[in-house]
Amino acid sequence: MTTHMVNVRPYGEEAVDITWRDGLIAAIAPAGTAVVSTGDDVLDGHGLIVLPGFVDLHTHLREPGREDAETIASGTASAALGGFTAVHAMANTNPVADTAGVVEQVWRRGVEAGHCDVHPVGAVTVGLQGERLAELGAMADSAARVRIFSDDGVCVSDPVLMRRALEYVKSFDGVIAQHAQDPRLTEGAQMNEGELSGVLGLRGWPAVAEEAIIARDLLLAQHVGSRVHICHLSTRGSVDIVRWAKERGVEVTAEVTPHHLILTEDLARTYDPRFKVNPPLRSADDVEAVREGLADGTIDVVATDHAPHAREDKDCEWAAGAFGMLGLETAFPVVMETMVGPGRLGWRAVADRMSEKPARIARLADQGRPIAVGEPATLVVVDPDARWTVDPSRSPSRSANTPFLEREMRGAVVHTVLRGRPTVIDGALA
Amino acid sequence: MSTHLLSAADLTRDEAVAILDTAAELARISGRTVKKLPTLRGRTVVNLFFEDSTRTRISFEAAAKRLSADVITFSAKGSSVSKGESLKDTALTLEAMGADAVIVRHGASGAPHRLAHSGWIDGVVVNAGDGTHEHPTQALLDAYTLRHHLADGEGALDGRRVVIVGDVLHSRVARSNVLLLRTLGAQVTLVAPPTLLPVGVEAWPCEISYDFDAALAGADAVMMLRVQAERMNAAYFPSTNEYSRRYGLDVRRASLLADGGIVMHPGPMNRGMEISAEVADGPRSVIVEQVTNGVHVRMAVLYRLLGAAEGPGASAEPTLSGSFEEAAS
Repeated sequence: MTTHMVNVRPYGEEAVDITWRDGLIAAIAPAGTAVVSTGDDVLDGHGLIVLPGFVDLHTHLREPGREDAETIASGTASAALGGFTAVHAMANTNPVADTAGVVEQVWRRGVEAGHCDVHPVGAVTVGLQGERLAELGAMADSAARVRIFSDDGVCVSDPVLMRRALEYVKSFDGVIAQHAQDPRLTEGAQMNEGELSGVLGLRGWPAVAEEAIIARDLLLAQHVGSRVHICHLSTRGSVDIVRWAKERGVEVTAEVTPHHLILTEDLARTYDPRFKVNPPLRSADDVEAVREGLADGTIDVVATDHAPHAREDKDCEWAAGAFGMLGLETAFPVVMETMVGPGRLGWRAVADRMSEKPARIARLADQGRPIAVGEPATLVVVDPDARWTVDPSRSPSRSANTPFLEREMRGAVVHTVLRGRPTVIDGALA
Repeated sequence: MSTHLLSAADLTRDEAVAILDTAAELARISGRTVKKLPTLRGRTVVNLFFEDSTRTRISFEAAAKRLSADVITFSAKGSSVSKGESLKDTALTLEAMGADAVIVRHGASGAPHRLAHSGWIDGVVVNAGDGTHEHPTQALLDAYTLRHHLADGEGALDGRRVVIVGDVLHSRVARSNVLLLRTLGAQVTLVAPPTLLPVGVEAWPCEISYDFDAALAGADAVMMLRVQAERMNAAYFPSTNEYSRRYGLDVRRASLLADGGIVMHPGPMNRGMEISAEVADGPRSVIVEQVTNGVHVRMAVLYRLLGAAEGPGASAEPTLSGSFEEAAS
């Protein structure tokens, strides 16, 4: 079976025709020169941009446990529409993904759904309780081959436990992805702590609660010679600390979410829990700092923190609302609007931040690869100029808690291809 | 005034003065033998109290009844709310029963804002205290009381100096008062230990001081905020004794006020903690008067929010039953 993707521009460069067979790219020829035989499939690239398929390091698929909010099938369908060919399913399910059994189940359900690769993230501690290490080695050795471990949603706040985790995963080249949040400094916290939280009467989540944990963990990682990954950093101070550590050679990688690239705390004025997220939306200055960090490489990747919630968990007063927002289908348009449009990231850099680097952090061998002969045909075609309006009723996600409701977005995913098999064609599930 | 009263910031100076003037007019009427006005006949006012607050609830009930509204009181305790019913479902129930105004008290900041803007109900929403956010009718009754004593009951409060002392961090009374008193031209100084001031308070339209004596000297009024004992356990201050010494109002401190200066407290008081009994019951204290003024000010708010619109002309028969209790007349 041979497929041709005709008239696409890899990394926004010269237009080509890409031909693949058995999931691997067999030929790349100047546009209009591919030899199409009877029976070959043809995907029209319309002269648009092709990149390696996006890889999300931070996805909540809610299965097992909260299938009313999202399932592995519905969440990965949403991921494919967002241009993702691999997602990392966070461990805070019920039961928690803290054993080989649960992570293998999640992995298998991902294979069955088939919309994109599902790589489970293993819990660092049993039940996310922060008391003793989960069987990290068993998860690493399982069919799911877990390499990223995180108690996301909860911080591994005990410094000794964090140190042990950082050390322990070295034997299978794993990485701890820290949700940096000092628990005592954020008890009952509802939004970014600053002038606005005082006016709105909402308990503040101070930047120092994030920054202090990041600083500690970078020093710990340096001390024990481990790599560490910082989830969803959100403040200028965090960017500065990571930049400082990278200059000193600490093996740290960091992610920023699309919503922290574009939204600010002012949305809390609505008291609408659609805008309630952890870490909270920050100030305009913090937004500028994470954009700078993503542009200069201090922040390695964009990760969605896609967090579906059932309607009743958002249709309530702010304090009762759940933390988190949808992100998979709006990630690329946000990067387009905040980074590519203003000229802060070129297409090669988008490929790096959204595909190549996350794949490397997760140690995925067949994702985030170059668009070249012999490489997997795992690709996304994006239209940087398409305009569309966010409408959750058109999404396969079971939840509707997007912060971009009814907002016009610029930039759309047209085709997504996973190892030669289209998962999305012309913006619809294949 | 806008459609709802959610924050003291919703009020312009003219609107605030107009409410105070209306309250003064209503106060004169309530001096008569027959206190009731027919203004809100046939209108339904719901008191929706997710938090216990007897004094605010009674004050709103009295205000609505004196305007001849049908009053329904819905308290969280013993109702479907205590069985886990959501704010939304409670609101939809009230809407189905035809509430013209919902007076809401809720432990979550912004809950009245949510009720007003979610599309769950059509009625007017009055914030009767939300979390650590605001309590605009308390600020109005405080302004009314200040105006009565310091400005001959007329106009605004230009140039008057008001000191607000205590747990500003958790106080909805302080937030609303800072906004409203500023709108009315008063100079406000907040006094509290730094632990009980919110981050960013420097940007509020007021002065900040840690020195109670200095702030009090020559002030026209001091407003003491309730300090809850559980704040001590959370290490906001070392002990009630230390708090009382540094931030409590005793006779000596009260004497630092300007001649004719008044002492206020939104209640309930912790006598011996933030205020000594001698001061609370002393000649400068207008604390009991604040309660009386609360009814008139709340009447004025309901009058201005609901009175302008024509009622449906339906009879004023009580129509509700079940877990709702119609407040006794």
